[in-house]
Amino acid sequence: MSALELTGVTYTYPDAAAPALRDVTLAIEPGEFVVLAGGSGSGKSTLLRAAAGLVPHFHGGTFAGRLRCDGLDTRDHGPAELAAVAGTLFQDPETQVVMATVRSELAFPLENRGWGAAAVARGVEEAALALGIAPLLDRSTRELSGGELQRVALGAALAGQPRVLLLDEPTSQLDPVAGDELLGVLRRINEEWGTAVIVAEHRLERCLPAADRVIALRDAALVFDGSAEAFAAWAPPELQPPVTRLCVLAGVPDRPATVKGARRALATQIAAREGSDPFSGAQRLTRRSRGQTPAVVQVRRAWYEIKDGPAILKGVDVGLAAGEAVALMGRNGAGKSTLLRMLAGLIEPTRGKVVRAGRVALLLQNPGDYFLHDRIGDDVPGAGALADRHPRDVSGGERQRLALELVLTSGTPPVAVCLDEPTRGMDRGHGARLAARLRELAADGTAVMVATHDAEFAAAWADRTILLGDGLPVADAPTAEVLGGGWYFATQTARVLGGGALLPEEGAALLRATREESREAVER
Amino acid sequence: MIATHRRRASPLQAARAGIAALWCITLVFVALSFEHPVVLAGLLLALLAAAGAARVGREVGRAMAWALPLALAIALINAVVTREGLTVVFRGPVMPGIGRLDVTAEAIAYGGVLALRAVAIIACAALLAAAVDPDELLRAVRRRSLRVGVTAALATHLVGVLARDGRRLADAQRTLTGSPARLGVVRAVATGALDRATDVAATLEVRGFGIGGRPPRRRRPLSRHDLAFAASAFGLAALAIASGVGGWEGFDPYPRLVVPLEPRQLVLAAALAACVLLPFLDRRGTAT
Repeated sequence: MSALELTGVTYTYPDAAAPALRDVTLAIEPGEFVVLAGGSGSGKSTLLRAAAGLVPHFHGGTFAGRLRCDGLDTRDHGPAELAAVAGTLFQDPETQVVMATVRSELAFPLENRGWGAAAVARGVEEAALALGIAPLLDRSTRELSGGELQRVALGAALAGQPRVLLLDEPTSQLDPVAGDELLGVLRRINEEWGTAVIVAEHRLERCLPAADRVIALRDAALVFDGSAEAFAAWAPPELQPPVTRLCVLAGVPDRPATVKGARRALATQIAAREGSDPFSGAQRLTRRSRGQTPAVVQVRRAWYEIKDGPAILKGVDVGLAAGEAVALMGRNGAGKSTLLRMLAGLIEPTRGKVVRAGRVALLLQNPGDYFLHDRIGDDVPGAGALADRHPRDVSGGERQRLALELVLTSGTPPVAVCLDEPTRGMDRGHGARLAARLRELAADGTAVMVATHDAEFAAAWADRTILLGDGLPVADAPTAEVLGGGWYFATQTARVLGGGALLPEEGAALLRATREESREAVER
Repeated sequence: MIATHRRRASPLQAARAGIAALWCITLVFVALSFEHPVVLAGLLLALLAAAGAARVGREVGRAMAWALPLALAIALINAVVTREGLTVVFRGPVMPGIGRLDVTAEAIAYGGVLALRAVAIIACAALLAAAVDPDELLRAVRRRSLRVGVTAALATHLVGVLARDGRRLADAQRTLTGSPARLGVVRAVATGALDRATDVAATLEVRGFGIGGRPPRRRRPLSRHDLAFAASAFGLAALAIASGVGGWEGFDPYPRLVVPLEPRQLVLAAALAACVLLPFLDRRGTAT
């Protein structure tokens, strides 16, 4: 019996003009780790919702075909019954935690199934240990960060040891370390319990090393179903992992899906390079001297201490010069959002000060929060063709773009603009367009600072990267140095080549140059 | 304004949720039972002290501050619309269909009593929201009635989600204009409530809430705090009933205001305050 079986599934949301799933037929076997790939609106989330029974039971609409989840036909069984065999995690952690404490949250699905008190207690304990959230068990869910909430929601999905796990962007809220840890946990659950894991992700480079199989969707239809390596060979540029793109551009016939595969494929070229030790770059961090260029916004020895709580920032000294493009990275809870809020004047330091040469615009994590009206044009003057649409009816990428224009144009032109996690849940196409806009802003003389967990995105536009750790900058140097020499905070290309290049295009150029040098040396 | 539960080391939070909730509801019953201003003021002070002892003083104080405009409105409306009382302090105009709007000292005083009572009731509700574990209460409700449990779970969680939405929207507006457009934020949160309710309901569905399973019974021996708060609730209810039956208050607002201040009323106020506060004296075994 397949873990998940779709036969000719076509589904259209109520009032939608086109289907969200179009004649999808596939079978996923128990114990498979499957990554769902595809751009925004390709049908990944809908497929997961259909597998959980929410489509069509909860959302309504028109459903054709047959879908069985662990043998249960979704036409006969609703989401509550399917919950006994399928654990589900959606994108927004805020609406996925329904109880007041973490312990109650993990116990909730088990109690619903009528488990005894001892079995519930054991299930809670094991799920908490598996996800490293045991210290949070008695914490209020209202006090948790987005990343912690995501893990708690995943714990609730896992607690009943489901046979199928349906995960919609489970790492979108997590820093690279927590993201890798989470994927490790999923892989272990998959291997040791035989749970079929189905993950929809935009950051394919994170998930592909764990995947047994990749399923790609485009315009609601299945367009690829095969191994991760076959996917890398098939993938169009917008879906190619950076390591695959590196090999394509370097003219190597292999199409690896992982860093390990790329290192193997490029072994000769890498060996020809001097200093290709992946960790040697860590020793090349340039120390940034104070006052190199006049800052348009300067944080001086700023602390942010919560009453009866921890110190989030501990004497931070950071300045942004006009036209500077800065990525702010660090673990969940390192203080990135707090620093951005402080720069923009949304909060004041409890000690120290912030000096601004003008307005600092800030785009917060949820672009939808900037729209108070039902018509985009009422919030964003000059929204053009989108003016008459409802903010929820446009894609996440479009909402992000409109919200950015809104924060840039409300009030006097800003001297600096800060963005908090703008690529969360965004596909690579929208990410590339945002990177281009940020470069444009910096070129016009606006200082840009973006908090992000996405090293590939940061490498695409940032000149300088600040790595924040426990309320203090632990590294503040050119992006090429910070992301070229790190372990977790590094691009795939840098991991393959051991620094020297961050993006596939740069890496390919570096390899071509090395090849040329080698040829000239041989000729000599 | 909405007080939300946080686990803290206090006797009230150490008591089981059912008993703690019963104690808070008994306080509401007591507030509704008495009219004597001294008794009500004593009860209010005892409530504030209890909130402090339960380490939720700030939350309850904030709720009381929000209740003040409502209390003021109640006092004013009572003074204007009540036709009783002999001591006229203001002779108003003749209103068509209503007659002369005379304001009496008795109506003002009784309006004050009603206002005091409203503040006390809101304080009790805030104390319940801040100090009683909603998860445990919800479990109890789900054991009795699944449908009520679903509604309560959705409503309980939605309040928190909408409050966070409101804070985020207000922050976003502050980044644009420097100050939140309160009306716009409230409107946006209200119009988005249906979508948020749908999201939360979807989560409840995929966690198997609708399957009909009831949480297992947790057999726990009664703790010292369970016993203390149950005894306190019993004592408070007994005092309210005895006072009502025995006419111990002697308070009469109309036609002429009678507010006796004899040892009997003072003892009653002191007994009520003692009943409220005694369970907080024993702080053993309260750590979370």
